[in-house]
Amino acid sequence: MPTRIKLEDGQFNLVEDPFTYASDDEDLPRGDLIISLTRFQAEGERLLSEGRSVGVRLEPAEEVEVLAYDLPRLSVIAVSFPKFNDGRGYTAARLLRERYGFKGEVRAVGDVLREQAGFMVRVGFDAFEPADGSTPEQWAHAARRHRHVYQRAADHRPPAFAERG
Amino acid sequence: MYQYDTLDKEFLADRAAEFREQVGRRLAGEITEDQFKPIRLMNGLYLQLHAYMLRIAIPYGSLNPTQMRALAAIGRKYDKGYGHFTTRTNLQFHWIKLADTPAILDELAAVDMHAIQTSGNCIRNTTADPYAGATAEEIDDPRVWSEAIRQWSSLHPEFSFLPRKFKIAITAAAKDRTAAKVHDIGLMLRRGRDGTMGFEVIVGGGLGRTPYVGPTIKEFLPVNRLFSYLEAILRVYNRHGRRDNKFKARIKILVAALGAEEFARQVEEEWAKIGPEGDLPDTEIARIRGAFAPVHFDTLVNRSEIFEAAKAADPQFARFARNNLREHKRAGYTIVVISLKAIGETPGDATSEQMEVVADLAERYGQNDIRVTHEQNLVLPHVKLDDTPAVYAALKAAGLATPNVNLISDIIACPGLDYCALANARAIPIAQDIARTFADQDRAELVGELKIKISGCINACGHHHVGHIGILGVDKKGEEFYQLTLGGSGAEDAAVGSMLGPALPAGRVADAVDTLVDVYLRERQEGERFLDTFRRTGVAPFKEAVYADAD
Repeated sequence: MPTRIKLEDGQFNLVEDPFTYASDDEDLPRGDLIISLTRFQAEGERLLSEGRSVGVRLEPAEEVEVLAYDLPRLSVIAVSFPKFNDGRGYTAARLLRERYGFKGEVRAVGDVLREQAGFMVRVGFDAFEPADGSTPEQWAHAARRHRHVYQRAADHRPPAFAERG
Repeated sequence: MYQYDTLDKEFLADRAAEFREQVGRRLAGEITEDQFKPIRLMNGLYLQLHAYMLRIAIPYGSLNPTQMRALAAIGRKYDKGYGHFTTRTNLQFHWIKLADTPAILDELAAVDMHAIQTSGNCIRNTTADPYAGATAEEIDDPRVWSEAIRQWSSLHPEFSFLPRKFKIAITAAAKDRTAAKVHDIGLMLRRGRDGTMGFEVIVGGGLGRTPYVGPTIKEFLPVNRLFSYLEAILRVYNRHGRRDNKFKARIKILVAALGAEEFARQVEEEWAKIGPEGDLPDTEIARIRGAFAPVHFDTLVNRSEIFEAAKAADPQFARFARNNLREHKRAGYTIVVISLKAIGETPGDATSEQMEVVADLAERYGQNDIRVTHEQNLVLPHVKLDDTPAVYAALKAAGLATPNVNLISDIIACPGLDYCALANARAIPIAQDIARTFADQDRAELVGELKIKISGCINACGHHHVGHIGILGVDKKGEEFYQLTLGGSGAEDAAVGSMLGPALPAGRVADAVDTLVDVYLRERQEGERFLDTFRRTGVAPFKEAVYADAD
């Protein structure tokens, strides 16, 4: 079974992935699935009624707003980074957590590099499929690199101005 | 200036440690240059024509003497004994070895400096009025807001991978010395009718291939709502700015495509959703304000006998005083502008020795305060008129007393083909040619304020679009040619210059400028600057003279 790095209770671990990705043109396998937004809009209702856990893979141009009413029924939002420097996914993750209070998994997929760990954790990602073969230990190291942060974000770390009291 | 607390210092130490580790991985061959590139670009390290270039942030152009000495020492130890001050008020070293960069960043962190976000598609150094805290024109000190923006934008988790780089300028004076209207965001501090402070927010100005003077999208943003509003602008841009073509990726293209009104509407909508939750508490702004080192002014009279006597005794000092001193808000004080445009030298360059002289002067006569201007000069913002003869003598001995601020030889030029991999043509030799043509200081003063700006390629790092005379280097079948534009301005009367005519070969540029100046001297009316005359007469007399010469 494939794996991904999962952040739980402040720990980064390599964890088996119970979800299967299904592209738009293949027959749906059994079990829990991550599918495109288009496919979710067409078939999501049915899949959920079958009792499956369903996740949606969001491409950068697809905005989280379109999922607003479906979020409580979704288990995973896989936010896609076709290139590491396409920063739209950071906004997507932050809005999912801060604006929509999404409690499920927000997973970074695509060109996901350990240099991005700190930023990704701060905007609310809690699962990662690194493209650079990096390990949970390396992610933990990179994400905890900075003792202080200057902004409020989705990770609830106290920003500098709060630390200063 | 702003005093770093433990937290600010630890932040920089952590960042320097991170980069040391990343460089280690590169040097050990664990990652390729391609993989390393995005990492080094987060730390201001560029690979240029001859070597690595390290760009060090000088937040809102503000330095203390200790920092200036550290820059001088780095220049001496790791570079060729000089550095280059940029139009973003940063400092570049052009001859750096990769293996030295971690040590350099440590030395910088030791004096509260860094190279964070001096490159990459993130929020870059904010520019502020170099006369902040010294000019009587301002309604508040823009450095307080600049420092708050520096902190808020440092390693911002959501906005570190924008479609393109992002630059903010702040001014609190009616006379704009920051080029706010040609920035991604220009903030102009205003006082409302009821006495409260707010920002006029200008978005989507810019230079480069498609220059725009930015439209105002909000007339009066209450100051305590600044950060939620910035977040709204950046979020709209991060989501909707173009990412398919780097030449169309700046926010100006998005604003122009949507129209300022629609862009403003989207920002307002997002801003309403963010709410005051996204703002910095007033107490933090107050803390930052309090963390600026206090400046102690003596009570003096306006007239300084020492200053007057020195002017009468030494015409060269009198000339320096006319051109390089600016009015201070306090009686008996002045703002000293140090030109880094010595005739025949590279605009913006300073040697390590010169940096040390400026540091010493700031310590002895200038309340430990040094500024860098976007026009690539330095400023001692608080000097007693009584001390100006001594300051002048020290500057003169160091080759820093060129009396040409805002005059024709006070030229902005990008590094051009001498250093930059993107350039099509050289910029520095053209600046040197022009400066030599106008080496006669009487004539330069007669001409008065004339801003020449030179870029070695269409990316416009030399801001040629907003030069009173702009010069753009282009490549024509392997030969360097120069396109002249007239009538641009980066100040409060911002405008993009218009084309004079066909491009000229390198050897003819200085002569053409000379001709343009002759036309101005002939046509000008009482009190008109070059720019004013051009705006009144239009391009015709200038064009006729330059191209008549050619025949």
